[in-house]
Amino acid sequence: MAEQTILSARGLDLYYGGTRALRKIDLDIPARQVTALIGPSGCGKSTFLRCLNRMNDLIPGARAEGSLTFHGEEIYARGVDVTELRRRIGMVFQKPNLFPMSIYDNVAYGPRLHGVRSRAALDGTVERSLRAAAIWEEVENRLKRPALGLSGGQQQRLCIARALAVEPEVLLMDEATSALDPISTARIEELLGELKSRYTIVLVTHNMQQAARVSDRTAFFLGGELVEAGSTERLFSMPRSRRTEAYLTGRFG
Amino acid sequence: MQWLERRRRRGEWAARTLFFLCALAAVALLLLIAAYVIFSGLPAIREIGPGNFLLGKTWDSANGENPQFGILPLLLTSVYGAAGAMALGVPLGLLTALFLAKAAPKGVAAAVRYLVRLLAGIPSVVCGLVGMTVFVPFLREKLDLPAGDSLLAAVAVLAVMILPSVVELAEDALAAVPRSYEEASLALGATEAETWFRVDLPAAGSGIAAAAALGVGRAMGETMAILMVAGNVANMPGPLRSVRFLTTGIAMEMGYAAAGSLRQRALFSIALVLFILILLMNILLHLARGRGKEG
Amino acid sequence: MNHRQARRRAGDLLAKALLWCGAGAVAALLLAVAGYVCVRGAAGISWRLLTEEESVLRGTVGIFPAVVNTLFVIAASLAVVLPLGVGAAVYLTEYARRRWLVGLVEFAAEVLSGIPSILYAMIGALVFCGRLGLQKTLLAGALTLAVMTLPTVLRTTQESLKAAPDAYREGALGLGVGKWPMIRTVVLPASRDGIVTGCILAAGRVVGETAVLMYTAGLSTVMQDFSSPQGLLHASGATLSTVLYVYAKERADIGTAFAVATVLLAVTAVINLAVSAVGRRARRG
Repeated sequence: MAEQTILSARGLDLYYGGTRALRKIDLDIPARQVTALIGPSGCGKSTFLRCLNRMNDLIPGARAEGSLTFHGEEIYARGVDVTELRRRIGMVFQKPNLFPMSIYDNVAYGPRLHGVRSRAALDGTVERSLRAAAIWEEVENRLKRPALGLSGGQQQRLCIARALAVEPEVLLMDEATSALDPISTARIEELLGELKSRYTIVLVTHNMQQAARVSDRTAFFLGGELVEAGSTERLFSMPRSRRTEAYLTGRFG
Repeated sequence: MQWLERRRRRGEWAARTLFFLCALAAVALLLLIAAYVIFSGLPAIREIGPGNFLLGKTWDSANGENPQFGILPLLLTSVYGAAGAMALGVPLGLLTALFLAKAAPKGVAAAVRYLVRLLAGIPSVVCGLVGMTVFVPFLREKLDLPAGDSLLAAVAVLAVMILPSVVELAEDALAAVPRSYEEASLALGATEAETWFRVDLPAAGSGIAAAAALGVGRAMGETMAILMVAGNVANMPGPLRSVRFLTTGIAMEMGYAAAGSLRQRALFSIALVLFILILLMNILLHLARGRGKEG
Repeated sequence: MNHRQARRRAGDLLAKALLWCGAGAVAALLLAVAGYVCVRGAAGISWRLLTEEESVLRGTVGIFPAVVNTLFVIAASLAVVLPLGVGAAVYLTEYARRRWLVGLVEFAAEVLSGIPSILYAMIGALVFCGRLGLQKTLLAGALTLAVMTLPTVLRTTQESLKAAPDAYREGALGLGVGKWPMIRTVVLPASRDGIVTGCILAAGRVVGETAVLMYTAGLSTVMQDFSSPQGLLHASGATLSTVLYVYAKERADIGTAFAVATVLLAVTAVINLAVSAVGRRARRG
């Protein structure tokens, strides 16, 4: 493989109590590219995404087996500092989940946690993050206003800014545009194109057109298994698996 | 069949009217109480003079020759007492509420919750009795005082008594914080405790304010428990002084004041002041709750 | 792991320890209070204390009259507050169409529940004992307490009425039943548990109340006559919590006061158990 692999799963299983939500996943995610995870709902794509920053830990009874590495180090090893892992692998959720604080405080929340105290440093980080998320011009003059007063699309871009503020290497996006209108969605898709020069992006989407538009690589999940993965162009034009083809042509899902 | 139908309709009308009157009763009773308190409370204030009444530093109502009706000592005692009880009770109550809402394993939470509810049900005379036989002598001996009955003893008893209301309301508010806020915080690399203190607490702010307002109301309204531990002398408040609250001020003299006397009417005036304070707390509580619902 | 991370992890543990300590302190406080009361009260509790009346001549102490007075006050205040509170709740959930009216009644109930008992004591003494001519009687006390417990009954009933599924109502109305028969036969039975809870809570407040009863119901510790209507009307005396205050503060008989306190604690515990038992049953449906 030409590009550098940043996240890598080998024989990854995930159990919720007695049910097996993921079966023997083998998947490499290359750095500084957009990887889309697609599949019908309940196929395990979101579950896999939430393994990458161990958000599944929040669900009682969730248990991972097999190997999942970040820069070659096991994510699920004992003694891994989950907070540091989550700082380096940021996440944007399906629905904007800004805190009921000001715009500024939302973005500054992460850096403050991680020890940034000086006003000047915080100001710089906030501005940089807001610019990177292409929302600076819109909120520049109302940083102290409540974040929940923004529109849905703005809120989601602010969520991206908040995630970028802790300087992650990877950005996970869990159906991050599914609650938005087409115009807001387009803005975020455009933004992804800019962000991938600096960040690795893994996005879950139920929207195949979106995957085709924005991603470099696509992985297709079905029933907790990874059916196939490859470059988006190749996967959409010549799927290797019958099941992929059936899904892409809209026969189920 | 027509008479049957008519009877049925009359029955429906009667039921509806009856229930309407019941609902109105709550409003009517409140208005009645308010009217009573205001109309029986105002005359003495007018007679004594609002300044002398509210800011007078001496309460000596039993003095036959020169009675003094200044309630500043009682007013300040009530305010300091409530503030002290909040200072002790709110942090402890918040910690307990956070524990119950976030940190506790299910079984432990259920047990603690049961104990808190039990505490809420303990009659105030029992709290007073324990304060009187444990805390008051403790203060007297440790600090070598002539008597342990004091503002401090009352504050301690009040702090314990407001705990259940604070815990219950604050826990509800914390439990109502959307899970998505916590996920966002954890995904940014916050630890669990950081999330509880920096996201859940601020997000539950208006609910916690409501809990505090309820606590202040409770503390200001409590009578029997502090009647048993505060010493009940109308001194200007000091932590180790024997003090008299607005509530205990009424309780102390209600049995002795002759009907219609200025002394009795002055007690009604104290009741009016207390009523206004409680009403203010209720309005704050209401506002805080309303804001919580919107947010 | 660098220094910062280690410090943050330590902070996390520390904060969690703090929460455990806080809750532990509250639990320990309650257990200590309850334990202390029971230990000091156990010595004074006897069958005779509970079943006899006090006699200065014979030098005996007994709280039987207080037990009977307490039961009488509970019964009398419930007899008033139950129909009133349930009726108001029925109006608010089933009939009221104007939201401001519901809001007004709810606000009134909220304020009523916040009014200190000493104010109720004062107004009860003024209105029921004085203006209505009841004198210092258990009846006057019970009426005052009915006003005081109205918000409790109203609110718990309202909650349980709201919880009754609309399908029940539609089902009954669909059969051509009138509104009031529908409420009587479907809605009220479905929210029986909530109403019972309200009554238990109200009874709990009556048991715990002292200030009101001291000034409206009297302090007598001898047995009253409950056998005739006249007797019921004029009975006057102390309930359990009032008797506790009398023993503790006015007679300095701390031993008996603790015995009464133990009885009150036991009643409180029973009331709490009853409320959670009814709540569990309601949840099971």
